[in-house]
Amino acid sequence: MAEGAKGDQPAAAGKPSISKSQELVYELKIGDIMTRDPIVVGPDCRMSELKEILRVKRISGVPVVEAGRLVGIISIEDLILALERGLTGARVGEHMTRQVQVVYADESVIQAVTKFARFGYGRLPVVDRAGHMVGIVTQGDVVRGLLRQLDVQWQEEEIHRYRASHIFEDIESDQTGLVLRYRVAARDFVRGGEASSKLKRALERLGAPPPVVRRVAVAAYEAETNLIIHTDSGGELIAEVQPDRIRVVALDTGPGIADIDRAMQPGFSTAPDWIRELGFGAGMGLNNIRACADEMSIESQLGTGTRLEVIFHLAMERKKEAA
Amino acid sequence: MNVGELASALGLQVLAGQALLQRQVSGGYASDLLSCVMAKARAGNIWVTLQAHANVVAVASLLDLAAVIIAEGIQPDTATCEKAEAEGVVLLSASQTTYAVVGAATQLGIAPGS
Repeated sequence: MAEGAKGDQPAAAGKPSISKSQELVYELKIGDIMTRDPIVVGPDCRMSELKEILRVKRISGVPVVEAGRLVGIISIEDLILALERGLTGARVGEHMTRQVQVVYADESVIQAVTKFARFGYGRLPVVDRAGHMVGIVTQGDVVRGLLRQLDVQWQEEEIHRYRASHIFEDIESDQTGLVLRYRVAARDFVRGGEASSKLKRALERLGAPPPVVRRVAVAAYEAETNLIIHTDSGGELIAEVQPDRIRVVALDTGPGIADIDRAMQPGFSTAPDWIRELGFGAGMGLNNIRACADEMSIESQLGTGTRLEVIFHLAMERKKEAA
Repeated sequence: MNVGELASALGLQVLAGQALLQRQVSGGYASDLLSCVMAKARAGNIWVTLQAHANVVAVASLLDLAAVIIAEGIQPDTATCEKAEAEGVVLLSASQTTYAVVGAATQLGIAPGS
């Protein structure tokens, strides 16, 4: 099984560039896609009978089976050669190919694909490990099997998305809400934006209207950045998603804002120079949040902490989407 | 015009997002202040900046920008390029100044983003 080991290698390596159909070629078993109970003939079958079987069934070859075991294969080419020589009364057993390439039902589909390519065959008999003929696999079976599996997986993803976006309709309560909580570390600029990126993806999955997702993303990013730049020990970004609105709260435990009115003024910033050099601390953060949100409130006490709350209404965006 | 055509017209080096150069450019914005970018840049815009740290990737990803052009030959570190690759953000490097990049892009018909 040297070739089998070789064929299995790319799947084990898990290369990121592998396409879905390539992946399936390794995942699917030949037994999953083969045609069961294929048409077979016995070695005693006459060539004239074989001609009728191939013609009526519109096939180009059949396995030859004796007592459940595969003993050979006979193709339309073998038949033509025999007919040319006027041997219509001859038996299949005399003209069949005895050295038959087979595949096993428990092998992955790639084995069949490899053999089709290497030997130029249109079909391969499938046997179990005891040598019993259990089916036949053609190139058409491979294509149909892959398409069917892709379809199944696509439907599963659709169902996944459907469930996420209909969570509010499927779950009944007087007030359904989903709370997403993200921890934000102080001074961790490298991971800056991670919490808001995750929140953005979650809202997309939940089926929130794209214009709202954008506004939430911008406001959440600014709030997250404030937690990174200004707090003593970081804070939390909490999003509460309800059917008609999204509420985002940024909470921290200090140092607190001395003068909220001044902090709201565009361009006012208390960020140190090294942070400003990174492009942060331009004094636009709270303004950006206010511009994006439908409602905004901020409470702060020196030495205690700050609580910023922003609300986004979904009803109006939904109406706009529908219109 | 797509990102790949812009990159070859301006002689830009692709640092990340080689697979995403087909994306159409909807306009452009230039600033080094991240909050201004958050406020003004629009989805599909190119963004010209001197900032080259990892947060540039977060901003571009959140705004769904077509590409970030880092001017004056400033090279981001590998971690930033890897993050851009993972987030599906195109990072380009320009040897020109911000002013020159914006001028050349404008000549090619890329309007201010709005």
